Amino acid sequence: MDKTVKAEGRSIDSASPREAQSAAKSARLARAKPPAAIRLGIAKTYKLYINGKFPRTESGRYFTVADAKGNIAANMCRASRKDFREAVLAARAAFSGWAGASAYLRGQILYRVAEMLEARAEQFVAELKLMGVDKRAASREVTATIDCLVYYAGWTDKYQQVFSAVNPVASSHFNFSILEPVGVVSVLAGRENALLGFVEAIAPVIAGGNTAIALASEQNPLCAVSLAEVLHSSDVPAGVINILSGYRKELAEQFASHMDVNAIIANGDDASEIKMIQEQAANNIKRVIIRKKPVAPDPYQIIDVQETKTTWHPIGG
Amino acid sequence: MIAPKPDQAPRVDQVGVDERVARFRARSIKKASKVEALNLVLSQIDLTTLEGQDTPGKVRQLCQKAMRLHDSLPDIPHVAAVCVYPMMVAEAKKALGASGIKVASVATSFPSGMAPSDVKLEEIKLAVGLGADEIDMVISRGKFLEGKYQEVFDEIVACKEACGEAHLKVILETGELGALDRVRHASLLAMQAGADFIKTSTGKIQPAATMPVTLVMLQAIRDYYYDTGRMVGMKPAGGISKAKLAIHYLVMLRETLGEAWMSPEWFRFGASSLANDVLMQLQKQRTGIYQSEDYFSKD
Repeated sequence: MDKTVKAEGRSIDSASPREAQSAAKSARLARAKPPAAIRLGIAKTYKLYINGKFPRTESGRYFTVADAKGNIAANMCRASRKDFREAVLAARAAFSGWAGASAYLRGQILYRVAEMLEARAEQFVAELKLMGVDKRAASREVTATIDCLVYYAGWTDKYQQVFSAVNPVASSHFNFSILEPVGVVSVLAGRENALLGFVEAIAPVIAGGNTAIALASEQNPLCAVSLAEVLHSSDVPAGVINILSGYRKELAEQFASHMDVNAIIANGDDASEIKMIQEQAANNIKRVIIRKKPVAPDPYQIIDVQETKTTWHPIGG
Repeated sequence: MIAPKPDQAPRVDQVGVDERVARFRARSIKKASKVEALNLVLSQIDLTTLEGQDTPGKVRQLCQKAMRLHDSLPDIPHVAAVCVYPMMVAEAKKALGASGIKVASVATSFPSGMAPSDVKLEEIKLAVGLGADEIDMVISRGKFLEGKYQEVFDEIVACKEACGEAHLKVILETGELGALDRVRHASLLAMQAGADFIKTSTGKIQPAATMPVTLVMLQAIRDYYYDTGRMVGMKPAGGISKAKLAIHYLVMLRETLGEAWMSPEWFRFGASSLANDVLMQLQKQRTGIYQSEDYFSKD
């Protein structure tokens, strides 16, 4: 205030028109009411999820996702094959720990993911709505996703009993078959149901002790990428689930060809892509699971990514 | 001869060294240059097994690997040498035959060096007698840290004499020396005492080889070469298990000592698992597909 007064005082004596003008301006400013504070929204930067961290793509590239109205919803990381390579390294490193964790612990952690998702349900409903899902359908989808997680959490310590077997053999052996996770699994999520479809694809994989690298749907990646935040706060060990976003055309071949990936799950019905996946997967005889349409949760999807180990144990004489 | 005093070696600027190393790590080596570098790395590896659990069978297996690194990759070089304990020298020599791969033996009460001098010299003579082409000795770090430089110096001189025709590599065990100034001093001391190679570490102490330590030693070699005209080799050992890191070392070598040192004759990697990673990268370059350890031999 003092300053303004001084400036006004000087302007009276001053002969210079410019000085008079600026003095008048500061006097006006002094009288004007300060504008109401405008707060800029803090928009989330959607990033990748690799080895329990949220890096940007090493390539520095991005692509734009439009919401239902055609406005820009977000700039997503356009992951490169090197990001995928890093994710495979992380998944491989996490595998022995996760596969060796007790079934009970894996179940607890999956259940914890469900709990965390429940607490953040609103955020996911909002993201689904942004992408054009109506409100009721959106909250149905989030609920179904939570239920799906709880469903597979329950199966973690049961599929082994149900699907293992003691086999009758014609020699003096005790012969039994048990299930073991195949290893590192790459997952191409489908276009349908951005959140539910994604969780339905990865939950049976990790329920069975595998580790996963999943590519979010290219058209609808928001929920999948946000899911990483849920996983991050749920005691899922780093590297067990890695989530990438990017162009499926660019990455599918890497997902199918990497020699250190033991199985690939591809959701989608593009015939030429399926052919390519089968050819590339043949390099290391990866297990290929093609799901042309969304499949409701069932324990057979856990078994899809399990190897059967059969042991012949001599008995008697 | 008189051992060099600490103040005869230049002081090392640690910050400068770290910054220089960061530069080397930022070099981008791609495509054909990368393949060439990877092949060079393979040819410079001292394939090493120095475990209490070593058996003649394991040494034979390692020698087999040294000669035939990966059959589905044609035109790759074999490694430079196989590095074993003195007790395994005869076995390695027999297994390697006329392949041209050298047998290196650690000696002088590896890894601690805590034995009387005459015992150390006997060990060297034994290893050389069994056919070792190269001897990797450890310096007495205790004496060095105590300031008994002359004793350390005389011991190296005696070891060099005991080696006869065999090449002598002197392990400074930089992880136990503490400061880069001491690394620089020990390098100078070892070279003046007649070392053919200076080597960072035994691999039994952490930290083993690091890029800053290796840079200081390379600079010592360079300055020694300017002073005397004698070329001394360098061998970082321990902790280099990735091809990418090995290429960073080659960049550092090229930019510190130049083209003349870029061969197995003057630079070696002491490593056991590096070879497999290099093979995986070569296979990746050939096929365009990322590789898995599952398809490369374990040892």
